[in-house]
Amino acid sequence: MASHGIKDQVAIIGMGCTQFREHWDKGTDDLLIDASSDAFASAGVAKEDVDAFWLGTASSGMSGLTLSQPLKLEGKPVTRVENFCATGSEALRQASYAVASGAYDMAMAIGVEKIKDSGYQGLNAPPAPHDGTKRNLTAAAMYSLVLPAYAARYGVDEDELRMVVAKIAEKNHRNGALNPLAQFRREMPAEKICEMASVAGRLSVFDCSGVADGSAAAIVVRAEDAHKYCDDPLYIKALSFVSGTGGGLIDPDYDYTTFPECDMAGADAYRQAGIEDPRSALAMAEVHDCFTPTEMVLMEDLGFCERGTAWKEVLAGTFERNGDMPINTDGGLKAFGHPVGASGLRMHYECWLQLRGKAGDDRQIDLSTRNLGLVHNLGGYPGEMVSFVSILGPELG
Amino acid sequence: MRGIISFGGYVPYRRLDRSAIAAVMGRGGGRGTRSVASYDEDTTTMGVEAARLALRSSGVEPRALWFATADPAYLEKTNATAIHAALRLDSSTGALDFGGAVRSGVGALRTALASGGPTLVVAADIRGGLPTGADEANGGDGAAAFLVGGEGDGPVVAELLGAASATEEFVDRWRQPGSASTGQWEERFGETRYGPLAAQAWKEALGSAGIGAEDVDVAVLTGAHGRAVKRVSGQLGVARVADDLAGAVGNTGTAHPGLLLANELEQAEPGQIIAVVVLADGVEVLILRTTEALAAYEPALPVADQVANGAEVSYATFLQWREMIRVQPPNRPEPTRPSSSAAARAQDWKYGFVGSRGTESGTLHLPPARVSIRPEDELDEMAPAPMADVGATVVTFTIDRLVYSVSPPVVFAVVDFDGGGRLPVELTDVDPDSVRIGQRVEMTFRRLYEAEGIINYFWKARPARSSSGQ
Repeated sequence: MASHGIKDQVAIIGMGCTQFREHWDKGTDDLLIDASSDAFASAGVAKEDVDAFWLGTASSGMSGLTLSQPLKLEGKPVTRVENFCATGSEALRQASYAVASGAYDMAMAIGVEKIKDSGYQGLNAPPAPHDGTKRNLTAAAMYSLVLPAYAARYGVDEDELRMVVAKIAEKNHRNGALNPLAQFRREMPAEKICEMASVAGRLSVFDCSGVADGSAAAIVVRAEDAHKYCDDPLYIKALSFVSGTGGGLIDPDYDYTTFPECDMAGADAYRQAGIEDPRSALAMAEVHDCFTPTEMVLMEDLGFCERGTAWKEVLAGTFERNGDMPINTDGGLKAFGHPVGASGLRMHYECWLQLRGKAGDDRQIDLSTRNLGLVHNLGGYPGEMVSFVSILGPELG
Repeated sequence: MRGIISFGGYVPYRRLDRSAIAAVMGRGGGRGTRSVASYDEDTTTMGVEAARLALRSSGVEPRALWFATADPAYLEKTNATAIHAALRLDSSTGALDFGGAVRSGVGALRTALASGGPTLVVAADIRGGLPTGADEANGGDGAAAFLVGGEGDGPVVAELLGAASATEEFVDRWRQPGSASTGQWEERFGETRYGPLAAQAWKEALGSAGIGAEDVDVAVLTGAHGRAVKRVSGQLGVARVADDLAGAVGNTGTAHPGLLLANELEQAEPGQIIAVVVLADGVEVLILRTTEALAAYEPALPVADQVANGAEVSYATFLQWREMIRVQPPNRPEPTRPSSSAAARAQDWKYGFVGSRGTESGTLHLPPARVSIRPEDELDEMAPAPMADVGATVVTFTIDRLVYSVSPPVVFAVVDFDGGGRLPVELTDVDPDSVRIGQRVEMTFRRLYEAEGIINYFWKARPARSSSGQ
């Protein structure tokens, strides 16, 4: 038994992504049609050319009909998948395996979320029938537990650490400001974020991801077919997924300074891709910055820096777009927005642009020494989460 | 001789300063404080707290549970069953409600003293009225529980010497189901009814006990009619009338005879005679004598300690908790009702706070699990782990100002239990600014919310009040 991965067996030949924002004038159907049309055009194919579809949405619709009806897909299989906030990545994972298996020649992964029709603030998923004993706490509050825990474990002053994570938001807003598809296009200084009222622990609203509607899509084929459609495909080097035991919630040894599911998913992805030192191999990473402390902890869980040092690297500018290890160059969940089912594919969309040198002069990262990218996408809470990691690159081998 | 085997009084943590009422409303209120049930308490949860204290001082398992309140959380559905579940009593132990009337509290106690088998009598009440009224200021919230039985059941700390009732139909205080306030006839009328009834019952009770009024060491005297209680107080001819806790707690109605009796028993010596006289739609009198067993009796958390250990609630918050004013809720979906079938399957966990422990690893699982997080435990090799009475320590905490709550913000902590085990859990009876890492907490049975008329009961943690939490 082993996680073998499908390194270099599958390639992305086209992607599409809508603007992420409060789309008061667009419904789930419109977002799906827009993102899929972009992807078809990007790959130079028609919907009839795609053999199978994987639709990711957390709560904007059920079953494959959510996609096959608006797109009028005739006689095609559509599978709806859901895996919390990693739903979009899960759709890509399934579509890639389907192509790699030989079952289909061409598949589409598409993610969508229409959040702003609920009438409520924030993300709110309807619960399954329950016994009434589940904890009543927002994700923001659960992730706010990271700050005091990290400060205590590594002897960092809590006020300083609060500023560190605000710097993460500042960076992602700076990146988002340059990105025409991002929800927030305004820079936001860390000092201003620190002055805002706390909503959960020490986190302010600007430590949380943007709540947005949106959709993103990818078309995948077997690697040997990629050049039939596209001069510069993006190859899948690794796809890993870990769904946790929930043990962190009840394990007195768990200290809220790490997300073991992410650590494990990263290690599996590095094995699949044959990467020994991620920091020297990766040109960029898109990570799940649902809350600012999450991005900080992920830098350590994904092996971008030693444990207890991420906060220093944030202050040193390592993760800036022009830094040594660019993180969330598109603005991340923070500034690009977080339509749950679409976010994972949006992260891949940024790799699609950056790793092929198509991000545009003002945003393009340096690819002169490294050309691999990583996507990390999680769902859940510290102690009980699912975690996805993929690695992508523009060259075989 | 049948009597009281163990007992416990419960006074909620919050106090309303009566002077705060006039400060807002321009009138009403008075001196001193009254006890206030928190927004997440009702008569059932307070009954659980009193009953837990009573059972903690005794190893005797009740064979019946009777619950009395004038403010039932449910009609139609029995409230005593939730208490039964929280106490993890045997399914063969009956659970009955004595409903509606203030008199039902002392009535249940008297009936248990005349019954057979160990019987747990629980009374609880939430007392209030419209803003500025006397009931709002002078009422109090609380609960009391008594385990009643004979010498064959366990050591009796106070035996029943005699009892009497006097009953007459007259409309003095009345309330329609669902109404927020109680009507009262002109007080002078009720006084004319209660006086003779009290004299009649008092005489008969003393006669049945074979004693005179001068033999009574203390009279626990309370009732629904203040003027009549005061008048009767001067007519009993006893050495002392017990402190009625009016200054700090207020009149807890159905629970008050029990709360005052528990308070007296906690201070009494063996061989003392305590009379309980209750004026409510007639008069009930019980004559008790403490036994030698009282000397060895250890109350789990004396009423006096709870009275001394309270914290203020503002009048505005009090009005909100009592649903006298409605405040804007957060723009978040309201919680959904718990599934009855899911709740029934999880009864031991939801009501009894029973987790499970791996038989090999000893690792505590909250909620209970069939599969352990430790590989050395085989499937279903898990033992029940009752955790309701285990103290815990705050490891870390956060304040959630976004999440839906009847009374935001939500204070949430990760707590580690003594002897191992962890739970992320909501804190209650706590001021957000006072929480700290290392703080000692204990579990308390609460109502999390109500949805579609179904009350969702579960456990929270609160800063330790009792010795088991210390």
